[in-house]
This record gives sequence, structure tokens and C-alpha cells, in this order.
Amino acid sequence: MTATLVLYDDEFRRITQVCDRLVREANARIVYVIDKNGQLLASGGDADRVDSTSLASLVAGEMAATGGLARLIGENDFSVLFHEGVKENLHISLVGGRVILVVLFDKRSSLGLVRLRVKKCAEELVQIIDVLLQRSQMPGATAQFAEITDDDIDNLFPE
Amino acid sequence: MVTINYAQREIHCKIVYYGPGLCGKTTNLKFIYDKTSPKVKGRMISLATEAERTLFFDFLPLSLGEIKGFRTRFHLYTVPGQVFYAASRKLILKNVDGVVFVADSQVQRMEANQESLDDLKRNLREENLDIDSIPMVIQYNKRDLPNAAPTAEMSSLLNPWRRPEFLATATTGYGVFDTLKEISKLVLQNIRKGAR
Ligand SMILES: Nc1nc2c(ncn2[C@@H]2O[C@H](COP(=O)(O)OP(=O)(O)OP(=O)(O)O)[C@@H](O)[C@H]2O)c(=O)[nH]1
Ligand SMILES: [Mg+2]
Repeated sequence: MTATLVLYDDEFRRITQVCDRLVREANARIVYVIDKNGQLLASGGDADRVDSTSLASLVAGEMAATGGLARLIGENDFSVLFHEGVKENLHISLVGGRVILVVLFDKRSSLGLVRLRVKKCAEELVQIIDVLLQRSQMPGATAQFAEITDDDIDNLFPE
Repeated sequence: MVTINYAQREIHCKIVYYGPGLCGKTTNLKFIYDKTSPKVKGRMISLATEAERTLFFDFLPLSLGEIKGFRTRFHLYTVPGQVFYAASRKLILKNVDGVVFVADSQVQRMEANQESLDDLKRNLREENLDIDSIPMVIQYNKRDLPNAAPTAEMSSLLNPWRRPEFLATATTGYGVFDTLKEISKLVLQNIRKGAR
């Protein structure tokens, strides 16, 4: 199997706390942490307002395309993307080369404030992600899936 | 890359539909989207040109039943098949867990099928994945057309590994769900195999 990412309750809670705090400190509406692969890991704020599955895959696709562009011109990566809308804005940043931090904010905040707060949270996120990656590699992380039976799999496809 | 989320009790896998331009990748996803209940599917995203050719990718999230208490979520992607979108194809293929290779059965598309398969091999290798071991199924699409090549011929050309293969007509849905079920099974079996 290719590498597996395992997200345990502990890290999930810690990442969610970072999201919640960033929402407060940056006066943001929503914060998402997304795996580079397009899976939503955690969120904070009014996240239910937006289709987060769609958002995660589009943001990951955009980050991937941006990374491709960067390498094309000899940059390692562009670490920040900013989209300015009429009412709302998106600040998208690559954290630790591994996860994507998305901040949705409106006129109650500002790009400067968001940038500042993101920087602070990013360091903390990197630490959590490091732990998460280490734990993903440990024996036992996926042990219970050794017990999957063919029946389990067949039952996913009734009819 | 499979993501196992203990917090949400979910397991995520990424499946990519690969194949030459116009072979019917997007049509496969559209049919799946149309025929699954709203409970099971999320929104389908198509980043396409005005002429409905895939420009970057199609995306369809499916949420199937539970396995060992974990809800299984499959993220289906298609790549843009047109030759000049090579860079985008490579990006979509990153961290893939299973591949559906959709071949166009029309005789005059055999060379395009072959080229696309070579392109897939190359891109997988660059991702340190091996076409010999990654979960993969082959679909021979457009079986309804009069100029469809004999299956045996296609099989010896495009499926030297004897992977599971399916005949399909994506426009009517024939073979579409059989293909999806098989690749999902292979991906889950692969998780079982790699469990530690
Ligand atoms: N007759 C027939 N036409 C098909 C079949 N599957 C797809 N098509 C048609 O082929 C054309 C291209 O299909 P798409 O699904 O857009 O092809 P694609 O592989 O996504 O193409 P790209 O996005 O360019 O890579 C459309 O007009 C489809 O209706 C099939 O089984 N039989
Ligand atoms: Mg397409």
C-alpha cells in the first residue's frame, strides 16, 4: 500500500483548537486545514455554510497547480495564495509543505491581520502535523484493517 | 494516499480515471453521479473547457457503507485526456490509491490508448508507484460503436498484467458500476494487505 495518513482524536482535537483560535484572533469567518491531497482534516468557525468537500478538493487542486507553476519558473513553491472577492476573501497557505491552511474572512478583518495570525498558527500546526505523520508510520496504526473480510467489502455494494 | 480518520471514523481513498482524450472518463463519473442517491454522493465538480473537455479534473465524492466501523469515502477524479495536458495529469495522479484505465474501443484509437497507458506508467513511476502493483482495472468503453475492436485484441495490447477488465458503454451506463465496484474492492483489499 502507498503511505497512509492516520488522524487520531488527539491530533484532530489539537488541529481543531488551532482553527478555532485562528477564527477568533484573525476575526475570520471560517478556517480549514486540508491535506495536500484534498481531504479536509479539521475546521473552525461557520464551516457548515460551505460545501467543505468541494472546497477541499478545489483548494488542493489549486495548490497543486500553483506548485507546478512555481517549479516551472524555478521556485520551490508559492506558499501563499490570496483571492479577493467583493464581500469575502480567501487566504490560502501551504504549511510545512504538507497541509493547506485556508482562511475565509470579510471586511471585519484585514489581509494584514490574517497574514500575521496565520504565521503564528502555522508554526504550531507544523508541530502537530509532524506528530501526526510519525504516528501514521507506527506499527498498529492501521492494524484493525487487517481484519477486513471479503464479506465486509461485498456488503458495501448491495444488490 | 489512504487517510484513516479516527476522529470522524472515516477512511478516504482516491481513485483516478485515466485514459486518452474523449474515451469517456467524464461520462463514467456523470453516470455514477446520476444514478447514486443524494445520501451517497457529494457535489460533482467539473473543471472543463467550453467544449466540455476536461481542463483540469472532474471530482465526485462518494460515501459508501461502513467497514470495521469506519465510513468509507471514495474520491473519484478524472484526468484531462488531451495530450497537451500532461502536466495536469501528473498532478491529479499524486497520491492515487487506485486507477481505472478507460480505453476507447474504436479501432482508430488504439494508438492513443497505448500512448495514454505509457503516459500513466511514466507518471506513476515518477510518483514512486508501480503499475505492476497498484490496484487497477481496465475498462473497454464505447462497445456500442460499430468500429469497436475485438476485446481479445485490446486485452493483449492494453492488459498484459491480466488485471480485471470490463466492457462498457458509459453513455448508457453498461459496465460503469461493475468497474467502480471492482476498483473499490481492490483498493480496500490493498489496505488490508498493507495493514500493520
Ligand atoms: N457512443 C459512445 N459514446 C461515448 C461513450 N462514452 C462516452 N461517449 C462520448 O464520447 C465523448 C467524450 O466523452 P467524455 O466522457 O467527455 O470523454 P473524456 O474521456 O472525459 O475526455 P477528456 O475530458 O478530453 O479527457 C462524449 O460525447 C460522450 O458522450 C460510449 O460508451 N459510447
Ligand atoms: Mg473528461
